[in-house]
Amino acid sequence: MALKQTPFHPFHLELGAKMVPFAGYEMPIQYSGVIEEHRCVRSGAGLFDLSHMGEIELRGEGVPAFLDRLLTNRFTDLPVGRARYTAMCREDGGILDDLIVYRLQDRHLLVVNAANFEGDLAWIRAHASAGVEVLDVNQGTALAALQGPRAEALVQRLTDAPLETLPYYGVVETEVAARPAVVARTGYTGEDGFEIYLAAEHAAALWRAITDLGEGEGLRPIGLAARDTLRLEMKYALYGNEIDESTTPLEAGLAWIVKLDKEFIGANALRARKEAGIGRRLVAFEIEGRGIPRPGHRIAVAGEGVGAVTSGTFSPSLSRGIGLGYVNRTHTRPGTALEIEVRGRLLGARIIKPPFYKTGSLRAA
Amino acid sequence: MAIVPEDLLYSRDHEWVRVEGDTATVGITDFAQGELGDVVYVECPEAGTAVEQGAVFGTIESVKSVSDLRSPLSGEVSEVNEELEGAPELVNEDPYDGGWILRIQIADPDELAELLGRDGYRALIAEEG
Repeated sequence: MALKQTPFHPFHLELGAKMVPFAGYEMPIQYSGVIEEHRCVRSGAGLFDLSHMGEIELRGEGVPAFLDRLLTNRFTDLPVGRARYTAMCREDGGILDDLIVYRLQDRHLLVVNAANFEGDLAWIRAHASAGVEVLDVNQGTALAALQGPRAEALVQRLTDAPLETLPYYGVVETEVAARPAVVARTGYTGEDGFEIYLAAEHAAALWRAITDLGEGEGLRPIGLAARDTLRLEMKYALYGNEIDESTTPLEAGLAWIVKLDKEFIGANALRARKEAGIGRRLVAFEIEGRGIPRPGHRIAVAGEGVGAVTSGTFSPSLSRGIGLGYVNRTHTRPGTALEIEVRGRLLGARIIKPPFYKTGSLRAA
Repeated sequence: MAIVPEDLLYSRDHEWVRVEGDTATVGITDFAQGELGDVVYVECPEAGTAVEQGAVFGTIESVKSVSDLRSPLSGEVSEVNEELEGAPELVNEDPYDGGWILRIQIADPDELAELLGRDGYRALIAEEG
């Protein structure tokens, strides 16, 4: 099957990005180098093409009540101009996807993981109540993110919307670079920043406007490799690594997006699970010497296996190996000494209180 | 386009070899460093260790992945590039000079015939790239 291309694809080629297949798209994994790109987002600003993400629109008066039944978080009290992170579960509590719901004036915008888009759309359509219109707007939508301590100053030069007063997880319909756009203060990096949704036909104009601004402003395009190291330093879960259909939000440290006092698909299973006690939990750990944990590596405490690594990388901010993994609930306290089995050798590691990177510009008020 | 110097020999595992007398200096090629991305650790044996052609002698780890290093020749390690401990990025920035990994005292010069010249290596990366 031919790989799909995002509306920003020609720019990646022009910039000489290294392109890889990702969730059915040909995407830039890096431009200049993952460490340099990572540091650029932490210190300046980075521009991401996230158009592979899946967009679904819901319209109709019954949408908030429908979302309350469909998703683990609560949406009947979500005001216009705000967004909320949530999971979508099966009846047994397994996670179908994690997503963000943006409430706009006349519709809700759901942004889901690229690899899950088709399945999510079918699931939502199958469960939609009468009077809820489900629209696939994925192909027509481009998504660019601008993340980093300089993001607000840069985006403000392209829009009249007052960004200073836009809160974290706030969203506004406005114009950016004189094109209609949805601008949200959301992201996946631990830095302040914005995600900008607009019609695919305006994508090129937006990309040029942003990169023109960025000359001499410490702005770079950022590939998927640095997106992964940035999210890992924040302990943000990645679907397919930390969470999937065999994982519930409770063990993944996502109980804060699960409202068990309402009815939703999977609620009964999650209540039972909570009642019985959660057997394992997601923890964040740092390697104490050299070496890098990778998914699948075994985690032990005093020689006894207690879990496995779900994500691992070299942290450009900490200059050491960091990872996430599930361990038995008896061994989840910060400070606990772990051993990570890396190619037959045991590396010393220690559970930390997340995030790994604590000085990001994100204002999670 | 990856740089492939004319005066070096190459293994099918993307190491380069510079022969001077009975000493071979070994590193990874520009193509290999480009595929790996930013290198953060290089692990290799100490001087005095015996290595064997085609056998794993160490690992090279980038942010994204880990790869085995296979010795292009048999012999004894005579020197390792200690600069790489503090500056592994030399492998990316200067793969054919400052980013060298180790030197081997060549045990069997006949093994050099197993290695590729510039054209052979270019053909290999054209296939893989």
